[in-house]
Amino acid sequence: MEDGWARFVFAYLNPDVAAEWGPKIFEGAVITIELGLATIAAGLFFGMALAVLRASAPRWVGRVIVAFVDVFRAWPPLVVIIVLFYAFPYVDLPMGAFTATWLALSLVLAAFAEEIWWAGLQSVPKGQWEAARSTGLSHLQALVWVAVPQAVRMTIPPLVNRTIAIVKGTALGSVVALPEILGQATSASSLAGNPTPLTLAALAYLAIFLPVVILGRWIETRFAWKR
Amino acid sequence: METLNTILEVFFNAEIAVRVFPFLLRGLGMTLLLCALVIPLGLAGGLALAWAASLERRWLRVLCVVYVDFFRAFPPLVLLIFLFFGLPFAGIDLPSIAAVGIGFFLNASSYYGEIFRAGVESVPKGQWEAARSTGLTRFQTMTAVILPQATRNVLPDLIGNTLEVAKLTSIASVVALGELLHTARLAQSLVYNPTPIVMAAMLYLALFWPVVRLLSRLEHRNIARR
Repeated sequence: MEDGWARFVFAYLNPDVAAEWGPKIFEGAVITIELGLATIAAGLFFGMALAVLRASAPRWVGRVIVAFVDVFRAWPPLVVIIVLFYAFPYVDLPMGAFTATWLALSLVLAAFAEEIWWAGLQSVPKGQWEAARSTGLSHLQALVWVAVPQAVRMTIPPLVNRTIAIVKGTALGSVVALPEILGQATSASSLAGNPTPLTLAALAYLAIFLPVVILGRWIETRFAWKR
Repeated sequence: METLNTILEVFFNAEIAVRVFPFLLRGLGMTLLLCALVIPLGLAGGLALAWAASLERRWLRVLCVVYVDFFRAFPPLVLLIFLFFGLPFAGIDLPSIAAVGIGFFLNASSYYGEIFRAGVESVPKGQWEAARSTGLTRFQTMTAVILPQATRNVLPDLIGNTLEVAKLTSIASVVALGELLHTARLAQSLVYNPTPIVMAAMLYLALFWPVVRLLSRLEHRNIARR
């Protein structure tokens, strides 16, 4: 029993291996966080822009946006990353691993965010629009100052959950050799011949995402969609 | 015109498409097989979690929340890599299909569990009391009275999550399970042309686009009802 425990610690919680490869995992965590933040910024901004455009542009523009949203809701994010990274270099559009992963995840997040925000805009009662317009606000002003704030509030819980799920996809970058947490951990554990870096990676992911998940749970109860 | 021809030749090379199509179809078959394995696993785990959370025991409830939050915070690819590349160091050599099965069970059941729990909570308490007072056991009440109503209440979320689980099977390519994405990448490296990857993307679209449409419909109906 004693022996089994010692072997387990030697394999998964090896202090020497942890000390040696810890800094690499930390470097990976920095990339994961940068990639995550860049994805959230681009995805949510682009998603909001599309939702606002769909709410105010002619019908055919709306159709194009729906097609975009459908496609990126249907494609697995890893497939988008692989296409960007492995297919585009053939037409002289080589993309770095960071750019490919960021672009893929941002497009997917934008698609989901557009759908959620558009649903939110639709659920703002017509009377709100009419009242806003009758006070002399233009269509754009009514959209920005009256409809969007209400829509954002109502859509926060589903949006937070979706954003967490997509940002966890930063780990997919390891498939195209992006040295984020998982990428660093797999190469470190094969170099060290010991899985302790994978344990460190697991802890790093929990340290980053667990607070966000708990925050999401709190937001969910606080902003609950009152029916 | 010339660029268009180049693009067609590179991304939609007909000759290569014909050659690799049977190969990709086998990958598609594997993807469907994986879906048929991991979706029921996740649903079963999710139902078990919702059942546990409905028993009025505080520690069970807390345990469910911890389980759900843990796996919502843990990227599924990291889980899969740990099971497939990490466990052998403890002398546990899982075949890739088993690693995928276990990883998806753990990951998907947490999401399904959360959805079913919300569904169960959406059914009024009176339904429980009425069913129990007619002499049904807890289990009978859950399966015959509560779950049918709960499922209907959260149907869009259930379908949405099922779509996410099905899409996620693409990460099985990382542990060399010959599903669609894996066969496409293999074919691409053999023919030095991205057509197989583009074809795989099209096949994924053909497979999942109808589900996305259905979801969109259900979501809009919910808005209209509000």
